[in-house]
Amino acid sequence: MFVARSIAADHKDLIHDVSYDFHGRRMATCSSDQSVKVWDKSENGEWHCTASWKTHSGSVWRVTWAHPEFGQVLASCSFDRTAAVWEEIVGESNDKQRGQSHWIKRTTLVDSRTSVTDVKFAPKHMGLMLTTCSADGVVRIYEAPDVMNLSQWSLQHEISCKLSCSCISWNPSSSRAHPPMIAVGSDDSNVTYGGKVQIYEYNENTRKYAKAETLMTVTDAVHDIAFAPNLGRSFHVLAIATKDVRIFKLVPMRKESTSTGPTKFEVQIVAQFDNHNSQVWRVSWNITSTLLASSGDDGCVRLWKANYMDNWKCTGILKGDGSPLTGSSGQPTAMSTVVGSSVQTSQSVLNGTSAGRYFFPPLDPPRAGSRYGHLLPPSSLVEHCDAELIQPQQQAPLHRLYSRALLPLPETDGQ
Amino acid sequence: YNYFNWDCLLQFVKCATGSGSSLIHVVRKDEDIYSPILRKLFNESHHIFVGLQTIREDLPSKNKKPQFVSISKSYRSVIRACMEELQQVVSILLAIELIWNLCEVLFIDAVPAGSLLLHLLDWVRLHKADVDEKAREVLQSESPVEHHGYWDVPGSIHTLTEFDVKWRHWHEEVDRCLQDKSFASNVHLELICKILVGDEDTLLEHKELLSTWYHFLVTRLLFAHPTIKPTELHYYAQSCMAMFLDSRSAPETLDSILLAAFDFDIHQVIKDCSIALNNWWFVAHLTDLLDHCKLLQSHNLHFGSNLREFLLLEYASGLFNHHSLWQLAVDYFDHCPEFGRVYLELHIERVPLDTERKALKVLRICEQRQMPEQVRSICKIMAKRALRNNRLGSALSWSIRAKDAAFATLISERFLQDYCTRGTFSDLDLIDNLGPAMLLSDRLTFLVKYHEFHKLYGEKCFTEAAKLLLSLITAKIAPRSFWMTLLTDALPLLEQKEVSQTHPHLSLGLYDLTVICVFWSFQEEDIELTKVELLRLALARNLAKAIVKEGTVDA
Repeated sequence: MFVARSIAADHKDLIHDVSYDFHGRRMATCSSDQSVKVWDKSENGEWHCTASWKTHSGSVWRVTWAHPEFGQVLASCSFDRTAAVWEEIVGESNDKQRGQSHWIKRTTLVDSRTSVTDVKFAPKHMGLMLTTCSADGVVRIYEAPDVMNLSQWSLQHEISCKLSCSCISWNPSSSRAHPPMIAVGSDDSNVTYGGKVQIYEYNENTRKYAKAETLMTVTDAVHDIAFAPNLGRSFHVLAIATKDVRIFKLVPMRKESTSTGPTKFEVQIVAQFDNHNSQVWRVSWNITSTLLASSGDDGCVRLWKANYMDNWKCTGILKGDGSPLTGSSGQPTAMSTVVGSSVQTSQSVLNGTSAGRYFFPPLDPPRAGSRYGHLLPPSSLVEHCDAELIQPQQQAPLHRLYSRALLPLPETDGQ
Repeated sequence: YNYFNWDCLLQFVKCATGSGSSLIHVVRKDEDIYSPILRKLFNESHHIFVGLQTIREDLPSKNKKPQFVSISKSYRSVIRACMEELQQVVSILLAIELIWNLCEVLFIDAVPAGSLLLHLLDWVRLHKADVDEKAREVLQSESPVEHHGYWDVPGSIHTLTEFDVKWRHWHEEVDRCLQDKSFASNVHLELICKILVGDEDTLLEHKELLSTWYHFLVTRLLFAHPTIKPTELHYYAQSCMAMFLDSRSAPETLDSILLAAFDFDIHQVIKDCSIALNNWWFVAHLTDLLDHCKLLQSHNLHFGSNLREFLLLEYASGLFNHHSLWQLAVDYFDHCPEFGRVYLELHIERVPLDTERKALKVLRICEQRQMPEQVRSICKIMAKRALRNNRLGSALSWSIRAKDAAFATLISERFLQDYCTRGTFSDLDLIDNLGPAMLLSDRLTFLVKYHEFHKLYGEKCFTEAAKLLLSLITAKIAPRSFWMTLLTDALPLLEQKEVSQTHPHLSLGLYDLTVICVFWSFQEEDIELTKVELLRLALARNLAKAIVKEGTVDA
């Protein structure tokens, strides 16, 4: 069950991205006000802004955390054609008392000639590697050879995608059976190049990235893309935010020993949902790939879950303020969560809504073209909502049965 | 103990003496009793309290009184809200206990005909007692079931067939009496007889005594079909429910679940419960038990190899959200053969490492299960964090635990730098007691040995110190950048009389060393000139001594 809390973000313009750190205790937001803010969760569960600083000379589109093995490191990318890497330094003791910390810029990556639309760190088993993609259709992969020196990054690969890029996602699998793989999404309006999602794979022999697949069935602008955690499976799962939510399965086909090219994949569509009835801007997986969250221009976040027969269904809907979407029966929307307890009230589930602990930055009312920073925190923050959903039968919750037997509460007299 | 007299932070320490035990008991007020519902009470009443304090003193009391009354009602409203919440929780618990109890009777205990009815009777009685207790409501009259001493006779006296025959006889007799209108004169007696034969209409007339359709079902079975077989249940269940419920009201969730149970459709029961209860606790544990009883067919599925595993994975994943309950989840994952391990790996590396203690707890879990990558990663995260906060000793021990040679080298360098600037070592205990772990990296080995050199020197074991210093340089584990420091350290040793006098071999070694250093000192560019001068002077003197000594020994 979900509990929503609102925090005044104090950004002076639209927030474009929100990103949790690896453990879900810290959060970074970035905005058109050109700044990034870092938030820390205190022991009592409250979020405090511990840093706020100007990062770019244009709107900041995305912000992302490096794995904590590399320290407290953030990367941001912007309309100003640059991406930057930031590291937190332990401040003076009086700063600590005030609950403030300092972030310093370690490097600026200036290779792009157009707006940099996404920035992501590669999986940690690949070392400290950063990837950007730009409106000019180039994906750049940088590496910091000395993980202790964040000022030195070398451009290792430039991948020309021929289409304006909007998003990237690394396949998190560290299995030896899977060479490094990156998915690139495009929001290009060009219709000549049909497929708006491309998959590139690293080739050990050529030491280069080569295109392995283009998803030809995705022809509309892609706003976000996300590989699911692998769980030791042989196949890959990819979620795409476009005019609807799509989930693809990529099954590697057996490679002949003489084949030197990239892996061939069998592409299957697992699910397609148009419930948002508008552009979908973000998709995000939980850590066991059992839950997918999507956000759209309808101002809602939807949660998708597969049951044990591998059928995907919507398992929850949240409005922009974090409250669940109520059914027509007018059930109360307030509910509290007893974390980890064995029993919880069930009203909302039967309504077709359920929830997880979410955090939404306060946003202006949705306007066309605005994108909600999605957030799927690591599952430490999201409680699984569960059962299959949106069954239209109006079944009364279990507890109602007992209201007959239990002593009814007398009417409260006046107030 | 009067609970309300304790301070929040009161702690007692009590030593148990006598009978040979030497235990210390630390008594602390249990904070977990502040259940979420009580916390809600505290939070809401806090607002009301603060509001009350702000009522202006100077108002005339006739103006204040309505406010005080309103505040009083606010407090009561909070109490009632908590009561209502508790009642909801209790209702759910009652429902799941009811369902579980029935599943136990039908599936797990798999009670055969004969005792089946007795068990169902107990089931209804227990449930009724539960509900009665919660409602604190005494039924207006006892249920007809209570009238019968008949059922107090132990059932084991007869076999089922014998009983059945006897019962049928008796049933026919009562029926005959009714047909004959033998009891027509006494309305109450006739009523009892009608009940005794299980006349549905009669029973239904007294619906209010039977609060639920399943109570009606069991009552009807008691009087009409006491030897009912499990496989016959569903027919009677359906019809009883239909008869009992208003034609207008649709069956509720609980009703469907119970019907499915009477139908012996275990999968349907699980499915309905999964939907109805917004938590996996019930279905996960019940399904696991049913699976152990071999009552579930297994399919091969994606998420979890079967339904049992799927539900356990869901339940345990939910537990990982909680700051302390996550530890329980570990055991659940351990018993999920297909995906338990990978789920655990993914979840456990995300547990926030708030304190060292928590990190050690997480590590122990990973080490016990041979998860070396998770161990390494967690140790690395802790090492990095310690280094950021300049806690070099902690950083070093975490990087040793992570078996991270590169990081250990880096931290050793920092130690050595610290030494150069401050002239002392920190974290001596740690460095002294590393044991074989020091071999993780050359730099670390050097650090340990170098510190050992200093200790020997401090204890005036100059010979040993000199030997060690020599080996440090010749074994080439001394970093180049440190040679100057080493030589400077060597200076006083070279001067020591006893070193060259008592150990000829050592002095020869020092001779070699001196020669090497002389050549080297002419090559190094960026050393302070005075230091070099001093060194050359000392080296020259020592050479002279050695030459003289050599000459003397040979002679």
